[in-house]
Amino acid sequence: MSILVNRDTRLLVQGITGREGEFHSTAMLEYGTNIVAGVTPGKGGQSALDGRVPVYDTVVDAVRETGANASCIFVPAAAAPDAMLEAAAAGMSLVICITEGIPALDMLRVYHVLKTEGVRLIGPNCPGLTSVGEAKVGIIPGTIHRPGPVGLVSRSGTLTYEVVQAMTDAGLGQTTCVGIGGDPIVGTSFTDVLDLLNRDSATEAIVMIGEIGGEEEERAAEFCAREVRKPMAAFIAGRTAPPGRRMGHAGAIISGGAGTAESKRKALEAAGIRVADSPSQIPQLLRDAGVG
Amino acid sequence: MKLQEYRSKEILARHDVPLLAGETATTPDQARAAAERIGGPVVVKAQVLVGGRGKAGGVKLAATPDEAAARAGEIIGLDIKGVTVKTVLVAPAADIAKEFYLGLILDRSAKAITIIASAEGGVEIEETARTNPEAILRLPLHPLIGLQAHDVRRVSFFLGIPAELRKDFAAVLTGLSRAFIEADADLAEINPLVITEDGRLLALDAKIVLDDSALPRHPDLEAMRDLNEEEPSETAAREAGINFIKLDGSIGCMVNGAGLAMTTMDLVKLAGGEPANFLDIGGGAKADRVLAAFRIILDDPNVQAILVNIFGGITRGDEVARGIVEARAGLEREVPMVVRIVGTNAEEAAEILRQASLITATSLDDAAAKAVAAAQGVGA
Repeated sequence: MSILVNRDTRLLVQGITGREGEFHSTAMLEYGTNIVAGVTPGKGGQSALDGRVPVYDTVVDAVRETGANASCIFVPAAAAPDAMLEAAAAGMSLVICITEGIPALDMLRVYHVLKTEGVRLIGPNCPGLTSVGEAKVGIIPGTIHRPGPVGLVSRSGTLTYEVVQAMTDAGLGQTTCVGIGGDPIVGTSFTDVLDLLNRDSATEAIVMIGEIGGEEEERAAEFCAREVRKPMAAFIAGRTAPPGRRMGHAGAIISGGAGTAESKRKALEAAGIRVADSPSQIPQLLRDAGVG
Repeated sequence: MKLQEYRSKEILARHDVPLLAGETATTPDQARAAAERIGGPVVVKAQVLVGGRGKAGGVKLAATPDEAAARAGEIIGLDIKGVTVKTVLVAPAADIAKEFYLGLILDRSAKAITIIASAEGGVEIEETARTNPEAILRLPLHPLIGLQAHDVRRVSFFLGIPAELRKDFAAVLTGLSRAFIEADADLAEINPLVITEDGRLLALDAKIVLDDSALPRHPDLEAMRDLNEEEPSETAAREAGINFIKLDGSIGCMVNGAGLAMTTMDLVKLAGGEPANFLDIGGGAKADRVLAAFRIILDDPNVQAILVNIFGGITRGDEVARGIVEARAGLEREVPMVVRIVGTNAEEAAEILRQASLITATSLDDAAAKAVAAAQGVGA
């Protein structure tokens, strides 16, 4: 079992013939993800990934011909908002946007349109997600996973890999690992993913990786206190970050004294969630909670 | 990117927000000439992006042009929280009868542009939020339609704007909202918005913070960047496409990914050291960018050791290692370097690093501890 993507996912890649799109689509295909189509306007009728995937001009064409039901977006920031709207208009139920650097006001419109149309959006500015052994969508290295009982949700990219690798090295495998993205406006929140992992029967424990900025971790902590009875462990990046400075991610900024690592840590601990000082402590915290 | 007050006012003026624009000056003579043109009493205001300029003596009244020159002479060159004042704004002074706060922010929780308004203007809105939260109205705008007439009425009545000024207030709020959207702002605020003794509604101070991700489509706004208030190393990093923030410690950090970069800093601190910077080199860790990153880190004389933490993932670790060794050969200053590379071909990577006599580490905790020890000159 898993959440969001699985063996039945019929994936479309928007921007499949671009440098990033082609590189990561190859890795997804090698992992076993069922990529049924690619879209690059003007390259319809060609094929990508050594002839293994047909390319269409529009998402509508790709859906009609292949029955694609999820889209992964690698197009540049200036075109990504339109790509998300195109995926939604063509009837996709799940859109994963890897692209970083999308203006926030563009995202605001896209967020509300996709929400109104009932489309699940992951990202933007995210590494994607992996349902271990079933499907990998995005740029998370497939080699760091092993199958097992732990679900993970994170705002980061490489920090997620760090934690997943630490769990895999310690013999703790994963169900689904989701990177929700580091931008101020993202389609899917910590709480959304925690709710899905909480309902997933294969997921026995949950790891949450947050960082400074915003209040999503605090909200997630409230949700966990109320709803989640599965063992949890967490890590919050940015304890040493100075206020008022954007730490790489557009969303990672401490402003007006809000969004600090300390306030997030306190909120999580108040919800009974153990918070690690270092990513390497996550496996032990899970073991202490009786996992694995 | 934060804009200076006079730049923010330029943008608001384009959208018909009534304000007393004034003129900028970089010398006392220029300030005198500006005051002469304005006529009457003026206020001389330091143009700095850091808060608290009033308390630091960066805002002064002047009754005559000579006084304006004298006040400008006092303010220019003043150190306000580490920033040396280079420019002042000379603006007509106003007799204030009533002050308000009016701002728009990108509200990530509400997923909307939200109006923040308070009849307690002139002070920090965060302070009001703490001491008197009922005095603040937070009103999210419709995400697809934007500001509507009923929003304007609601804010206007909340603030108690007198009937004869309601039309003017509508112009202020509409202009502020248009400016926010057209400039792709994160924040646009007027503080204070005032009613003068002679019954005019005016924006006395303004602050706009732009969304960095939208700057590529606003070259005119990018040109408003104030390099005087940016660390030269941060300017160099931005031009090289590297996310870099200078800090005060002795351990330089070079990491791929923002979350991992913050974590690396946190672990340096946990190991008893102080990070000298935040640095996210981005995906792939390409050789030319690695070299640029090393140069930027070593430009800081406080740096006693460098910690490189690259989670290669799909990227080949041995290629990253070769890039690091190559880049290091081209550096002018040598400090101990602790390198951790995780990912494909990590063992080959470690061998390449050892042959180049770099300190290697497998875990991040170990890497942080070794970097702290190296910076202190032990175990290196």
